[in-house]
Amino acid sequence: MESLTRTIQAVPLNHYIFLSAIIFSIGVMGVLLRRNAIVIFMSVELMLNSVNLLLTAFSVYRGDAAGQVFVFFIMALAAAEVAVGLAIIVMIYRNTNSIDINVLNRLKW
Amino acid sequence: MSTFYFIAFLSIFFSILVISAKNPVHSILYLVLTFFTFTIHYILLNAQFLAVVNFIVYMGAILVLFLYTLMLINLNKEAEPVKPFMVKIAAVFGGGILAVALVSSLKLLGVSDPVVLKNPDLGLVKNLGKVLFNEFLLPFEISSVLLLSAMVGAVLLATKEKEPKATI
Repeated sequence: MESLTRTIQAVPLNHYIFLSAIIFSIGVMGVLLRRNAIVIFMSVELMLNSVNLLLTAFSVYRGDAAGQVFVFFIMALAAAEVAVGLAIIVMIYRNTNSIDINVLNRLKW
Repeated sequence: MSTFYFIAFLSIFFSILVISAKNPVHSILYLVLTFFTFTIHYILLNAQFLAVVNFIVYMGAILVLFLYTLMLINLNKEAEPVKPFMVKIAAVFGGGILAVALVSSLKLLGVSDPVVLKNPDLGLVKNLGKVLFNEFLLPFEISSVLLLSAMVGAVLLATKEKEPKATI
């Protein structure tokens, strides 16, 4: 562990922020690009994970454990969200025989 | 130091593959690899508890749930319809604008101190458990209620409705 923790000594905080910003933007792009509801859910997971990484980096940077506890709560929330969301997708598939989100445009009214 | 950049490159590469793979199953498998690189990031930050939880919860539970749902919904019949080319260009452009705005505004900030682990046992289970069960006891209990309600809701949503019996 000692050698592992020494490897991060020189990484600036900015680079963690850039990495998280890029991965968050890739998640946003996935939500805009795809029409498959499951892939859209996966892009949302990608965004949640990038925020988790940033919270952990800031927690280590500040030396405060509260950030990592918050990541733990976000993981619990993501698990709940995925369970309910996938149940909704299964129900949509049962009713419309498709998980294309453009079929659901009648939800607008 | 170079380990971080290599792993960061891998995370970006695999997450681009996640949103660009045609087959949803491939996309899920790339998501597994992306989460694995995130686990390595956590280990590099010496957040061992989060690394293990990320490994078990995300790569174990959530991805299996995704894969199971995808297998349950048999999508092999027809391929996913593609969006019009202009919409794709607009989506990539919008996401790229967001990335450029975030990165450039953070670059202007100019704060770039190196991440130094001051307290080596910050992310260990012992330390996190003390914080979790002292300051964050109430949110912890509330999150258990959240998980219970999510489970009940998922079961309620996914069960098939019975046909209403014909009344006499």
